[in-house]
Amino acid sequence: MGAYSKETNHMKKLLLGTALGLPLALTFTSVAMAEVGVSPTVWGVRTDKLEYRMGDEENSFAWGFEAWTGNDELRLVWKSEGAKIEGGDFEEMDNQIRLQKPITDFFDGFIGVAASTPDGAPERYYGAFGVTGLAPQWFEVEAALYVSEYPYIGAEVEYEALLTNRLILTPSIEVSLPLADDPAREIAAGGGSVELGLRLSYDLIGRSVSPYVGVNYERAFGGTADILRDHGHEVDELTGVVGINFMF
Amino acid sequence: MKHTNFLRPLAVVLGLALGLPAQAGTYDITVDKVRIDTGTFKKNGIGYNGSQTPTILHFQEGEDVVIRVKNNLRESTSIHWHGLILPFQQDGVPGISFNGIKPGETFTYRFPIEQAGTYWFHSHSGFQEPDGAYGAIVIAPKGGEAVPTDRDYVVQFTDKHPHSGSRIFRNLKASADYYNRAQRTAQDLIEDAGAEGLKAALQDRKMWGAMRMMPTDIEDVQGFTPLINGASTQQNWTGIFKPGEKVRLRLINSSATTYFDVRVPGLKMTVVQADGNDVKPVVVDELRIAVAETYDVIVQPREAKAYSIIGESAGRTAMVRGTLAPSAGMVGPYYKMRPQPLLTMADMGGMMSGMDHSGMDMGGMDMSGMDHSGMDMSGFDMSGMDHSGHDMSGFDMSGMDHSGMDMGGMDMSAGMPVVPSEGAPGAAFYAPGSGLIPTAANGGKFLGYEDLTARKPLYRDRPATREIEIRLTGNMERYIWSIDGVKYEDADPIRLKYGERVRFKFVNETMMAHPMHLHGMWTIIDTGKGAYDPVKHTVSVAPGTTLYTETEVDAPGQWAFHCHLSYHMAGGMFRKVIVEGGPS
Repeated sequence: MGAYSKETNHMKKLLLGTALGLPLALTFTSVAMAEVGVSPTVWGVRTDKLEYRMGDEENSFAWGFEAWTGNDELRLVWKSEGAKIEGGDFEEMDNQIRLQKPITDFFDGFIGVAASTPDGAPERYYGAFGVTGLAPQWFEVEAALYVSEYPYIGAEVEYEALLTNRLILTPSIEVSLPLADDPAREIAAGGGSVELGLRLSYDLIGRSVSPYVGVNYERAFGGTADILRDHGHEVDELTGVVGINFMF
Repeated sequence: MKHTNFLRPLAVVLGLALGLPAQAGTYDITVDKVRIDTGTFKKNGIGYNGSQTPTILHFQEGEDVVIRVKNNLRESTSIHWHGLILPFQQDGVPGISFNGIKPGETFTYRFPIEQAGTYWFHSHSGFQEPDGAYGAIVIAPKGGEAVPTDRDYVVQFTDKHPHSGSRIFRNLKASADYYNRAQRTAQDLIEDAGAEGLKAALQDRKMWGAMRMMPTDIEDVQGFTPLINGASTQQNWTGIFKPGEKVRLRLINSSATTYFDVRVPGLKMTVVQADGNDVKPVVVDELRIAVAETYDVIVQPREAKAYSIIGESAGRTAMVRGTLAPSAGMVGPYYKMRPQPLLTMADMGGMMSGMDHSGMDMGGMDMSGMDHSGMDMSGFDMSGMDHSGHDMSGFDMSGMDHSGMDMGGMDMSAGMPVVPSEGAPGAAFYAPGSGLIPTAANGGKFLGYEDLTARKPLYRDRPATREIEIRLTGNMERYIWSIDGVKYEDADPIRLKYGERVRFKFVNETMMAHPMHLHGMWTIIDTGKGAYDPVKHTVSVAPGTTLYTETEVDAPGQWAFHCHLSYHMAGGMFRKVIVEGGPS
């Protein structure tokens, strides 16, 4: 376990370094005065989750963010999502590096590589192919196929309901549908998992700092749920969350 | 600079007294990093001559000016003399007229002053202009002002934002509605449902949502503090008058993105000049000044009290008050901002016509012929539109569900302010039924381009040699701006021939107004008055409209041509214009 863990950490560092280094390098080489009328290269970092989760049995810290740099034609995006049990393991650790290109007025297509490297489970690496953008009626959607020995389809939908111009209620749904059995990670083909969220945020400083409260509910279905039950694990988890989102 | 300021009028007076034309004046400008204080926030910015108060250059028509610009910044800079007719090498656009002014360097501009009127100057580098690099130019005409006044003040507007220009641009690229804090909320939905019924209110949301457009998308950037001559409302710029005096206000809009509706409550404004060129006096209660435009108005306060100069942003998200008073320290009354307007389907008309609906029956969708009075959109039946096989390259509606979008029965009046119908005063240069058509606060006369008539023709009227179509295009959601669907970096220059008269057909296919500015040559707006059409340097093209201008191509060299909204220009709504031939 020790050696395994060390290797994981090494991989994580490597991944983080690459992810962080590329956008930074691109950003600072392009800071030089842009020619008049020519779009300068831009960048951004935005979290959609940075929260403390309070569950029945344990508490955890969860994050989700995107850092990007590029121009109108191409963006390099580092997307990261994960959760760490308080005083314990990284339960989830997903990182993606992707190249995103507009394919329609409202949608980007992307290709990239994704790594899932939680503690206590074998690492998985994928090629990612998907689309992300804004659907009619203001739904932010993303759908992707993750290709590897253990392929799966991932999809997310999010909606920002403006109660006022600063008080925003955001329902979200994230679905993951495995296409192959991965017993080492307690996953069965077709046994999907769903994460539902409802977060009420307030834009405190511009859109840069937005504290929020909410609930998060995760549940496994089908064969995956069966495996979890067999192993004596819960198939669902409801947590209350408090967090702060940042955008800069 | 200080001593020059004092000496200039003296020199002019001496020159006039001796009956000699002012021969040549030397002016010094430093470009400095300054701390800007609006009273509500402080930020680092750029100022000319070390000040957030814009520098005013006073020139004399016929003078040869030498302007030494010292760059004290750590980055390159430039100064463009907005509206001045001059050799293109002196026009101050890096990459087009010259190479810019390096840090520490002093660049000397030399050009003859061939015109009179109110103009302004600003940096054409990066986002220095929104960061504060702008000033005013007042050129005294050879024979004195056509309409003499007792007092003469520059009233220069800007939209000072706590964020730097580059940060604003970056944020808009990350999220086009980043600064839109006037979006419709659940509360608005409840109110609209109460007023118009839930069904109508929901249908309205559904329609805008289907297009992924916002009817509140009038100002890209909100959250700024508007300033008059570098002073916010609380800092209260004040112009002094004696009751009964005629006061000339030289209105200049140096904002990055904000149009202002300007009025002096209690007084009529007589518009005598637009973009530096005299117009036949027209008396109005209020006017809208697009970004980069100038208007000279004359007011005559008769009472010994404080009057307010009110500049209200066209989207009604911010307002500034300056004061005209018989003595310093007086404060003009503050007025409540009027309700925020909403865009209508009429403002979307250009986007619709920009779509290639090949094989589609446009008969039911003739926006220009539609009667929008009362905003009954029943004639706008999109459910009957056949979108099959249309070319999506211009406008992607692939995600749009038209089957559920019954606009035929829709009542568009839900939650919308009353707007004047076609033919209303001040409305000629807006799409009929547009939500942007302004009305005067006191219900009086609002200036429109159609009211502008040149005092004297600048050129003889002649038919244009050819027409060039300029489609103003963009993608709101991605915050991409272009001309004819092509950004500057991917575009060929527009080539004109010296001596020709070109007719530009501006077609606005976006839902925003664009103040288009051609450097080096005049832009004559076709208002149907022939030789008396108004001559301008900047023309605002309202959403969903087509506007014609003509330009006598009389300035050889290469020039910039762009939308003057800073972030649209930076995004690529920009062209290089090359004038071929002519004297070298």
